[in-house]
Amino acid sequence: MPLGLLKYGLKKAHPSKRHFNTCADLKPSYDVVIVGGGGHVLATAYYLAKQWGITNVAVLEKSYLASGNTARNTAIVRSNYLTPEGVRFYDESVKLFQGLSNELDYNILYSERGHLTLAHTDAAIRTSRWRAEVNKHLDINSKVVYPDELKKLCPHLNLSQDTRYPVMGALYHPPGAIARHDAVAWGYAKGAFERGVELHTHTEVTGFNIQNGKIAGVKTNRGSINCGTVIQAVAGSSSEVSKLAGFKLPIKSIPLQACVSEPVKPFLNIIVVSGSLHVYVSQSSRGELVMGSASDPYPLYSTRSTLDFKEELMTHLLELFPFLGKVKILRQWAGTTDMTPDFSPVMGLTPVQNYYIDAGWGTWGFKATPVCGKRMAETIATGKVPELIKPFELERFYRFEQVGERGAASVGH
Amino acid sequence: MKLMPCPINGLRNISEFICGGEVEEMPNPVTGSDHEWSEYLFMENNTKGIVREWWMHVPSSYWFIAERNTATEEIVTTYPSSELFKRRVEFTQANTSDV
Repeated sequence: MPLGLLKYGLKKAHPSKRHFNTCADLKPSYDVVIVGGGGHVLATAYYLAKQWGITNVAVLEKSYLASGNTARNTAIVRSNYLTPEGVRFYDESVKLFQGLSNELDYNILYSERGHLTLAHTDAAIRTSRWRAEVNKHLDINSKVVYPDELKKLCPHLNLSQDTRYPVMGALYHPPGAIARHDAVAWGYAKGAFERGVELHTHTEVTGFNIQNGKIAGVKTNRGSINCGTVIQAVAGSSSEVSKLAGFKLPIKSIPLQACVSEPVKPFLNIIVVSGSLHVYVSQSSRGELVMGSASDPYPLYSTRSTLDFKEELMTHLLELFPFLGKVKILRQWAGTTDMTPDFSPVMGLTPVQNYYIDAGWGTWGFKATPVCGKRMAETIATGKVPELIKPFELERFYRFEQVGERGAASVGH
Repeated sequence: MKLMPCPINGLRNISEFICGGEVEEMPNPVTGSDHEWSEYLFMENNTKGIVREWWMHVPSSYWFIAERNTATEEIVTTYPSSELFKRRVEFTQANTSDV
């Protein structure tokens, strides 16, 4: 537990002070400009300032901080991916998450629950075993469990064989966790702000000043600024922003919907996911069931919700937990995800010199927040792309070296 | 449910269709470079606004063109692909003379 929290708890008065402020005016020039204002951006700003002492940094966010996909995910953290590249990357993220409340002195409500990926077919069992073996090889705690053990891990799960898709087994990943997504963003924002990073909200980037293939400045709705380096991290608008810089991305913008139920008594301590049924569900500390399903079937920049989504989700959810039939939905929302053809992100260098990208986070962005921030900061500070994120560079599509990540959520396997 | 006007089947639920992606000009099958093919296969315009896309009505396996607005989710118009593609695409120089 962060020490500050303990001291605060023992005090008589509990004054709350503002965690961070936005800045009044843009300076004419910055060393680094980060376009976007979500978790990845704030984490990058934090590590730039803390680890590398780079504090002449401006964060330019079109709306308010953490208003996009950082606020629209289902807050699951795990590292049981399929490709060694993916597993190594997310493992570092999980480790950073585990110590994050202490690191930021800000409670991110990190709650380790365990994570089950259900298998309903022989093929899914095979993929589970494959993932378990890759995970074990890389020292990640994952194993395949069968109904006898599932019964103990998740007593309320319907293991009847009389359903359309009976549960045959699952990939069990004990370090699977959930965290408060807003707190992750705010904690990083606070840390970055305290170290001198400027946070500019309601500042929309309208163009870039590129000279001889090298970034020289950024145009915004509040005037132009000069800069040495730009990082673009604007999930949901990645293609639109990269077009301003003059290059295309292998990304389709596809909505991903989610919803929460009314709060019910705690019964679900574990995170339950089914790739084949397109369901993932966990119970928040407030008792709400946080639920998501498949990505929408076609590209769209709208965050509308549809009945089709809920019908599909509930059909399958009620097979897994039939007693939830009378529970009502409380809220629904959608985020615009950056879907790449290989379900892996796009990170690192771009065709424009000193213009770095962090995009393509599809349905797997929140859980990468700390590692992404740390490694993007390292990339900027050292001018060298770390080995850990090298496999995810944009250039891979021109070398036909995609990283086929079938461990991604909300996509068919 | 959202309805899609199929040029041969009329208004149908959009769940009966799949989106085949943006209509883009294919690189020359014989002379196209690897770079051109990568661009064609992987890079997307991903336009926010009116796009021209391939769609297929799955039960009838019928491919057609749809123009729709990706910001508002309105379908502007749909029409048979023959309105865009007037000529057969030849994949090798050798059989050009066969057709």
